[in-house]
Amino acid sequence: MSYRKVACVGAGITKFVRRAKETGRELAWEAAKMALDNAGMTLADIDCVVIGTAPDAFDGVHMKGEYLADGSGGFCKPVMRHFVGGGTGVFAPIHGWQHIASGKFETCLVVTEEKMSSCFPAPAGAFITIFDHTTEQPLGPTLIWIFALEMNRYMQRYGLTEADIAKVSVQNKLNAIDHPAAQLGAKITVKDVLESEVLAWPVKRLDISPASDGAAAIVLTSEHKARRITDKPVWVSGVGWALDTAYWATRDLYYPQYVEKAARMAYDMAGIREPNKEIHIAEPYDPFDYKMLHHMEGLLLCKRGEAAKLVADGVTARNGRLPCCPSGGALGVGNPIAATGLMKIIELFLQLRGEAGKRQVPGDPRIGVAQAWGDLMQVGTVVVMSR
Amino acid sequence: MSKEILPGTPLSSEEFEKSITIEEHPNLEYSWDDGIAIGRYLKELKEGRIIARTCCGCNRTMLPPRMFCELCYRPTDEWAFVEDTGVVNTFCVTRVNWDASRRGPDEPPLIPAVVEIDGASKGMGILHLLGEVDPKKVKIGMRVKAVWKPKAQREGKITDIKYFKPY
Repeated sequence: MSYRKVACVGAGITKFVRRAKETGRELAWEAAKMALDNAGMTLADIDCVVIGTAPDAFDGVHMKGEYLADGSGGFCKPVMRHFVGGGTGVFAPIHGWQHIASGKFETCLVVTEEKMSSCFPAPAGAFITIFDHTTEQPLGPTLIWIFALEMNRYMQRYGLTEADIAKVSVQNKLNAIDHPAAQLGAKITVKDVLESEVLAWPVKRLDISPASDGAAAIVLTSEHKARRITDKPVWVSGVGWALDTAYWATRDLYYPQYVEKAARMAYDMAGIREPNKEIHIAEPYDPFDYKMLHHMEGLLLCKRGEAAKLVADGVTARNGRLPCCPSGGALGVGNPIAATGLMKIIELFLQLRGEAGKRQVPGDPRIGVAQAWGDLMQVGTVVVMSR
Repeated sequence: MSKEILPGTPLSSEEFEKSITIEEHPNLEYSWDDGIAIGRYLKELKEGRIIARTCCGCNRTMLPPRMFCELCYRPTDEWAFVEDTGVVNTFCVTRVNWDASRRGPDEPPLIPAVVEIDGASKGMGILHLLGEVDPKKVKIGMRVKAVWKPKAQREGKITDIKYFKPY
């Protein structure tokens, strides 16, 4: 290996809420400061800053990276903002990893923030321009259409029912009750999901994660720094990312090939050959309930078409063989896009350190994987963490 | 982590609704170029035909047409007319508009679909709408055919096809 080992040594997160009084800058500051405090560091110890935040159109603020920079501790430091749609949050630690693995920097503060509540009447409207301006926009598409198209294709391919998929929403919202940042932790039933408003059949309101405001941050360091900071570093042991074509209608939506590509890249780096046996805990991206299943398959955690059965059998529950979204996921904790991915990374960090409190999965987990997905259903970002 | 109670101040829905909204309506319009490939695609739509582009590297007939092949990363080779019929790859039934507003009670739901066009390579689908069909009767794998606007009303836009209907 020609790159250096990178460790996560601290984490911070705000509550995820429908609308926060704090500005984006203030949310970024709260999360970043908490991450520094958690690592026992100050801003003077930080060499560079990475900011992940999703479309400028959400906030109506152009150059959002620059806007967030001082709240993120980026004053007069090397700062770089990245954006890969919903994949942004799990790309954030990858971006930070690049800075340190390269040998250029010893420490990196990684900050993600999203404020979706500023956009009226609904943040969904900000997405019209992601569709092809000539061949798709004139048809009036919105994101929920294409997710419904994908969910229907996935269900049809494997003969799954809406009830099979609703179990994910039930599981994750239940898990979220124990998460201090959670917006929508709740005890609900499959029936509640099936009877919620149909937005774009087969997608119903309770199949979907909420719009949220929130921020999350972590501190990454080189190995020798990490050893001085903590006796419980969590290693970023594998990173992978891949982008598929924006001609989304010309690939079959039932399987996320790009997630598999990203996962294989991360697993190769981490030396994982049989992810379904070697991964102890997973945080697949779950902005919709079917997406957790889709992503479990893309992450090679089970055979194609088998994920729903694992959920039904309790395998993915917090005390199951392969806990998936023990945090509560986007469905339960909330989905401030970029911050959601990093919330998943923080969940692995806490779980692998044995610090997840009421959410702690049994069995002393040592290896976890987190994943996010986004852009025009085309990007996969994957991080393997271990201790 | 270092705090028992996390920062972040949720606003109640009452406070949320009371917020002062700053409206801005920048007078911006975009004039997008249709490009070489899509320019020809639109020109043919006006004539009531669907045109694709072939790549002899991967032997695909690609729709929408493109001047370079993203798989082979080489120029594509020839124009090829394809049918205006196809198969529903997937669909949904929705009352949600682009801005998340809901369609009125009198308006029928929309049925967006990915239609794999006959004559293009397997899996080469386009986004369009289905019509003249009971939403409950739509099935993946169903055969459909384009319903074109009358020639005089066509403008060289994707909406020159009104929708696809079962056939």
